[in-house]
Amino acid sequence: MSSTMQAAGGKASSAPLMGRDAEPTIFELSQPGRSSFQFRTTGIPAWTAEEMFDERFLADSKVPLAEVSERDLVAHVTRLSHRQFSVDLGAYPLGSCTMKYNPKICDTIAGLPGLAGVHPGAPAFLSQGWLEIMVALEKALCEVTGMEAATLQPAAGAAGELTGLLLMRAYHAANGDVRRRIIIPDSAHGTNPASVTLGGYEVTTVPSDDRGCVDLEALKAVLGPDVAGIMLTNPNTLGLFEEDIAEIAAAVHEVGGLLYYDGANLNAIMGVVRPGDMGFDIVHMNLHKTFATPHGGGGPGAGPVAVSARLVEFLPGPRATEVDEGVFDWVMPPRSIGRVHGWHGNSLVLARALAYIEIHGGDGLRRVSERAVLNANWIRRRLSTVFDVAFDRPCMHEVVLTLASLRKEHGVKAIDIAKRLMEEGFHAPTVYFPLIVDEAIMIEPTETESVQTLEALAQAFEVALDDAINNKEAVLAAPRTTPVGRVDEARAARQLVQTFDAR
Amino acid sequence: MADYLPHTEAELASMLQFLGLSSTAQLFDAVPAALQLGRGLNMADGLSEPDVSVRFNELASRNLGSSDRLLCFAGSGAYDHEVPPVVRALASRSEFVTAYTPYQPEVAQGVLQAIFEFQTMIARISGLPVANASLYDGATALVEAVNLGVASSGSSRVVLSSGVHPHWRQVVQTFAQGTGHEIEIVGLKNGLTDWSAIDGTCGVIVVAQPNYLGGLEDLDAVRALCDRTGAIMVVAADPVASGVLKSPGAYGADVMVGEGQGFGTALSFGGPYLGLFACTTKEIRRLPGRIVGETVDVEGRRAYVTTLRTREQDIRREKATSNVCTNQTLMAVAASIQLGWLGTEGFRELALACARGTRYLANQLRSSTTAKLLHPNLPTFRELAIRTNAPASLVIERMAAKGFLAGIAASSLTRGSDLSIDDHDLDHVLLVSVTERRTAAEIDAYVLALEEAAA
Repeated sequence: MSSTMQAAGGKASSAPLMGRDAEPTIFELSQPGRSSFQFRTTGIPAWTAEEMFDERFLADSKVPLAEVSERDLVAHVTRLSHRQFSVDLGAYPLGSCTMKYNPKICDTIAGLPGLAGVHPGAPAFLSQGWLEIMVALEKALCEVTGMEAATLQPAAGAAGELTGLLLMRAYHAANGDVRRRIIIPDSAHGTNPASVTLGGYEVTTVPSDDRGCVDLEALKAVLGPDVAGIMLTNPNTLGLFEEDIAEIAAAVHEVGGLLYYDGANLNAIMGVVRPGDMGFDIVHMNLHKTFATPHGGGGPGAGPVAVSARLVEFLPGPRATEVDEGVFDWVMPPRSIGRVHGWHGNSLVLARALAYIEIHGGDGLRRVSERAVLNANWIRRRLSTVFDVAFDRPCMHEVVLTLASLRKEHGVKAIDIAKRLMEEGFHAPTVYFPLIVDEAIMIEPTETESVQTLEALAQAFEVALDDAINNKEAVLAAPRTTPVGRVDEARAARQLVQTFDAR
Repeated sequence: MADYLPHTEAELASMLQFLGLSSTAQLFDAVPAALQLGRGLNMADGLSEPDVSVRFNELASRNLGSSDRLLCFAGSGAYDHEVPPVVRALASRSEFVTAYTPYQPEVAQGVLQAIFEFQTMIARISGLPVANASLYDGATALVEAVNLGVASSGSSRVVLSSGVHPHWRQVVQTFAQGTGHEIEIVGLKNGLTDWSAIDGTCGVIVVAQPNYLGGLEDLDAVRALCDRTGAIMVVAADPVASGVLKSPGAYGADVMVGEGQGFGTALSFGGPYLGLFACTTKEIRRLPGRIVGETVDVEGRRAYVTTLRTREQDIRREKATSNVCTNQTLMAVAASIQLGWLGTEGFRELALACARGTRYLANQLRSSTTAKLLHPNLPTFRELAIRTNAPASLVIERMAAKGFLAGIAASSLTRGSDLSIDDHDLDHVLLVSVTERRTAAEIDAYVLALEEAAA
């Protein structure tokens, strides 16, 4: 590829993140007596609080919020938005997070009054459209994962994990089986062990081998009749496919354990290989990753959990079900573990995901995964001449670099390179994950970035590396073009200011 | 078919060539052939955006109960509040919508500061000094509060009022299967929690304010009970009530959880919503999820960053205080904007308007012969439990034909017998709520229609 290639749509270095001042908080913009709210004229008598409530219930004073005009509110929030990087602004190669472009049509659909305006307690005869959406999404997700049925209730991946662990518990209990341990690889996401504890199990960690995959012999050594199951991500967090997955599945099933698939990396394999066909029993999906629902600055997500036939009766409920042709109702699975969400899950996220799936169709979803893997391998190959790739062989949808030698030779760390990339107009990649790679930098370009953007990203890496070797101070001082420079995280934790009032 | 992939045919060919491959299929050589699907996914061909738009409009048209068709008198944890154009416009800015979790603070000050302002507002509303950056919804926030309470008190005995929304109770019971906490449900007497049988040591006591039948509980008594039993006091609160009523913190609650949907998020068929979580300073190291703190950057400028990170799953792993990673940031941002729009006066007026509408409805129902308050003397805020002569689910069906979402049938929430309502009443209890969006004329029409529908 030519280094003078233009048209890198994902490079955001032109963005005028203007000014050097901090934005005041809304509390500092407040002026007593100013307001912006307007309500309907109701014609209801204006009873006073004292007329309506016994004195013992009444607050002593008003809750001070802010007093701003609508104009000031708009200016404040708009300025805040200008201090924020986003996918819509530029490439976001954040490994493990699948920060792909989020189609606008899905937002429009989520805003339809006939979807957004439905009360969750409206009975089924008043919400048939919603139930049909849920049934259609469940069916599509089961086809992608090779599973039998799914719950759409979990609000995020971690909620899905815990749901999956409770399903394991219910399954084993129904067999009169008391099991104690869950096995997870040392490369797993942090949510995995945290969920295991909340699921009432103990974590047994299994090491990765020198190829970055689960060490099959080490796994067999820790398997036993007290193992409830294993949690795996495949491709794993190094972006590598666990080639021994069939053997792993056989070994875990041999001792009566179940296989849990952490769907964080599902974007790599749609239409190519399915967790169900690999031998997994339970799968959670992150709809905010694979199915392009926007991440919202940290949520909402959605973490549906799909299961194989033997676990269907334990699923959370009630589940939207087609009880007669074209007629939908809520049905509770016979041995359900119960509810895992206050209502039906993050419904508007579910609708967005279904729209995305229906726009793509089966072939389109496979194409998504092909291009995601193509882009990741392109950037791996492109960068492998100047950086050390942690496990240098074809990867799936993401690639992990190790900057251990850079740190050793030049005292520049992964985080410094990440910060320097921001000055070049890119969001930083994931750093220091997975934990088993020293000075890890994890890049997930996703399928929606063009080769020109990838080239611009590669060049930004090269600039950062060049600075690391020849202009170290510039790298350590980066980023200098952003709304704030490096922040004092130690001070934030030591002198905690968690609200405006705690100053 | 349509997609969002930028690759041209020429680029595909040259990218594959760069990798020494001759086909995209070779990208998956690491996947054993025996495992590969070997066929297309069994689903319909892709559709164009306009086609998908038509399809979803048609699906939406079959949601006969949407609030643009039926006047909404349903509440029970999900409320038909005003979400003004200014809040919609600001909260849908793509800088907020398409950002990831603010792990790189230098390029995430927008979200971080909005969350800091949100935390401040929720802390003030709850009357507690600490609020986190949000959890999934009210029900799952309660699960986290129970976990915190058990960890803090050292006792896994959890006493839960049956005045807590039945779904929330069900969620707590689901997750207790994993943690092993002992959940004890306490019944109601005349619409308020009857704590008289609670004795001995407790780890956590949970009360709803108001409870799901609308009743305002005696939180001073709950505080005293917690002091006597050693329990952490958790209040599952309607945050709107703080506009006029004493906050949970004012009663000495250790933790407040709540559903924040009413602050800038549409009814949305139940999600995404906004789990609120606030607590005392003493519990801050046990706080679940993210919290944003103020600090400075290298040049001494004010800056924000997620802090106390060593509690969290990606660092503490199996010893984390919670497994929460993704939360509901966008809804928290929307809430901070909505609360900014309401402001000090609007927040009070909102609470008053809800209370006035509810009182007006209760007054108008006095002469009804078919629909009467289940507990006529219960002090309430903005919800009423009505006993209808006909089964509540039938009343809802009849009222839909007259243009109203009449409320929620209590029996649709409880799934069978429940300690909160006598068995012989359960099928006849209609839960109703009035927000600032309902006018006297609408309430009059509702009462008139209900008289016939409840017969």
